[in-house]
Amino acid sequence: MSTVETENSTSSAPTAADTPPEPGTGTATRGAAIGDASVAGGARSGAVARAAGAGHRDRSDASPGAARAVLRLVGSELGLTFRRPRNIAMLILLACVPVVIGVALKAFGSDEETPAIVTQVAGNGLMLTFLSLSMLVQLLLPLAVGVVAGDSIAGEANAGTLRYLLTAPAGRTRLLAVKAVNIGVFGLAACAVVAVSGLITGLVMFPVGPVTLLSGTTVPIMDGVLRVLIVTGYSAVGMAALGLVGLAVSTLTEVPIGAVAATVVTVVFSQVIGAIPQLGPVRPYLLTTWWSSFDGALRDPIATDVMGQGLLVFAAYALVFGAIAWGRFSGRDITS
Amino acid sequence: MTTITGEGAHEAAPPRVTHTEASPGDCSIVARGLTKRFRGGQVAVDDLHLSVPRGSVFGFLGPNGSGKTTTIRMLLGLISPTSGACEVLGRPMPGGLASALPKVGAVVEGPAFYPYLSGQANLLRYDAADPKADPRTARQRVGAALDRVGLGAAAGKRYRAYSLGMRQRLAIAGALLGPRELLVLDEPTNGLDPQGTREVRSLIKEIASDGTTVFVSSHLLAEVEQMCTDIGVMRTGRLVAQGTIAELRAGHEPRVRVETPHPAQAASVLNRLGLARVRTGEDDVEAELGGHAPEVVCAELVGDGVAVRGFTVVRPSLEELFVGLTGEGFDVDG
Ligand SMILES: Nc1ncnc2c1ncn2[C@@H]1O[C@H](COP(=O)(O)OP(=O)(O)OP(=O)(O)O)[C@@H](O)[C@H]1O
Ligand SMILES: [Mg+2]
Repeated sequence: MSTVETENSTSSAPTAADTPPEPGTGTATRGAAIGDASVAGGARSGAVARAAGAGHRDRSDASPGAARAVLRLVGSELGLTFRRPRNIAMLILLACVPVVIGVALKAFGSDEETPAIVTQVAGNGLMLTFLSLSMLVQLLLPLAVGVVAGDSIAGEANAGTLRYLLTAPAGRTRLLAVKAVNIGVFGLAACAVVAVSGLITGLVMFPVGPVTLLSGTTVPIMDGVLRVLIVTGYSAVGMAALGLVGLAVSTLTEVPIGAVAATVVTVVFSQVIGAIPQLGPVRPYLLTTWWSSFDGALRDPIATDVMGQGLLVFAAYALVFGAIAWGRFSGRDITS
Repeated sequence: MTTITGEGAHEAAPPRVTHTEASPGDCSIVARGLTKRFRGGQVAVDDLHLSVPRGSVFGFLGPNGSGKTTTIRMLLGLISPTSGACEVLGRPMPGGLASALPKVGAVVEGPAFYPYLSGQANLLRYDAADPKADPRTARQRVGAALDRVGLGAAAGKRYRAYSLGMRQRLAIAGALLGPRELLVLDEPTNGLDPQGTREVRSLIKEIASDGTTVFVSSHLLAEVEQMCTDIGVMRTGRLVAQGTIAELRAGHEPRVRVETPHPAQAASVLNRLGLARVRTGEDDVEAELGGHAPEVVCAELVGDGVAVRGFTVVRPSLEELFVGLTGEGFDVDG
């Protein structure tokens, strides 16, 4: 009975084998008592109950325990997200885009009308990463993040799993925070998948060397790679901001498709507003305006002012929509 | 140690002070004036006063739509009451949720799991959500819970491929992940086969025999009668009766029914013996048995020359009590 041995190694319950249980002296003893009672009925269920008795820590309000418990829930959440076939499919799709762009550039070359960044890819494979991210950051990446974010709470509510998470008890604030972290990690993963795929495709298909930036200066290749990291990180923060918008929408409904659609519509709506010249004054307040601002990293010196403003807008969105999500979710009736 | 007992062999509850007036300290669940009015004006639970004594197996009965699940949701902090208050394991809800719920196992309105995960992975997921569960023992506890509900062999199967009964069993396993002081089970035997129903019943008795309180909602009166020590009956959001089964039975004494061509003569014998409420029919007589032994009554009748064609002892079933309390109508009360 291996379960009994393992139980001995944990500290919380007296072992039924060597300590006679005293009924009613607390949870741990109770667990052992179940074990003893069941031994009469069958050895298997005896081991079972004792294992259960060892399961709960008596006091885990201490912060290290609480932090570990949060990490465990984050791990569970990430495992769920990254094992889910739908999400894997989205990541694979994202990984394919840089390859397709690379093949297209290789096959058709470039002519006079192609933008500078495109011709630069032909000269340096590293530029493929920037090109891919700038093409994806306005639609496909937000779509992927919108799906995960919109589904986060609404999907659990729709499936009824939300009520079991909350009676576990996951804690509403805690669950929301874990969901937010999960969305952020997924956004980062999505951006990283594009960057890595772009980097590999670029290395394989195009010459790689010192990078000529948009501002005309040439920097060594390692400096170029560092800039790839910066661009990826910046995009990920932009996606996380959108993710919190999606999370807030997700707390408003029990229909996950509705939450996903609403999140994506927000993106498209922002882009339309941003494209209308008469609405120029509104542009700086739109999330979508700042997503492509990472080309500041392709200048020398890096255009920190523009990117800094972008990060501020992202943070503001994250705060406001995080607060909306919390305000809505912490008191909501869970009737699904 | 509880063993599976035959039909009707209801285990006598240990003698205990009746709880209708029990002090809150002895109660695992206390509700005071609990009311829930949903948006749209529907009053699902109306001024509910409930006390579930510690260590009892409490059957929570009521017709469809009478507010059982709504009450359970309020007890578990899933929805907030419109007015009134409730306590679970001595902690006010929903404020004391974080400290009370780790000791509560719950099945609310049927199973809900991730279809693309196995049974085991599903339970690990819920275990991860409990901040007081020890991750080092998670696998053992999950395996143990699965074994307890007879799902050991299907642990690795995807939930999508589970049958209705297997899903229900998995939900019960989820309630048994840790040592519990209280189990809240909303229709736990819904969809189970007869063996499954029996097993769940004996599981509940086994858990209760250790002192764990079990709060179980059900429609199956025979089942409630067999395993519960106490019951509460809901009707359109109100608690219409609460007490031990014996208390509820009081006033519903077993009766004797004698079929005879000489009802008047039989009635006088019954009166002489001191049976209460003798009712004479055309060719039968009924009376409350009280403390009398049926065989003695029968012998007296025969000894007095009454022609006994039939002699029955009628015990009112819980179902009759239930229908008496909640009304005959089939239609769901609005
Ligand atoms: N989210 C909701 N919004 C509005 N009304 C609701 C909601 N949930 C339940 N109700 C109403 O509350 C009443 C009680 O419902 P509840 O689910 O508590 O009944 P129940 O006793 O569990 O019934 P059953 O035996 O069928 O499970 C019903 O009239 C129902 O229509
Ligand atoms: Mg119900």
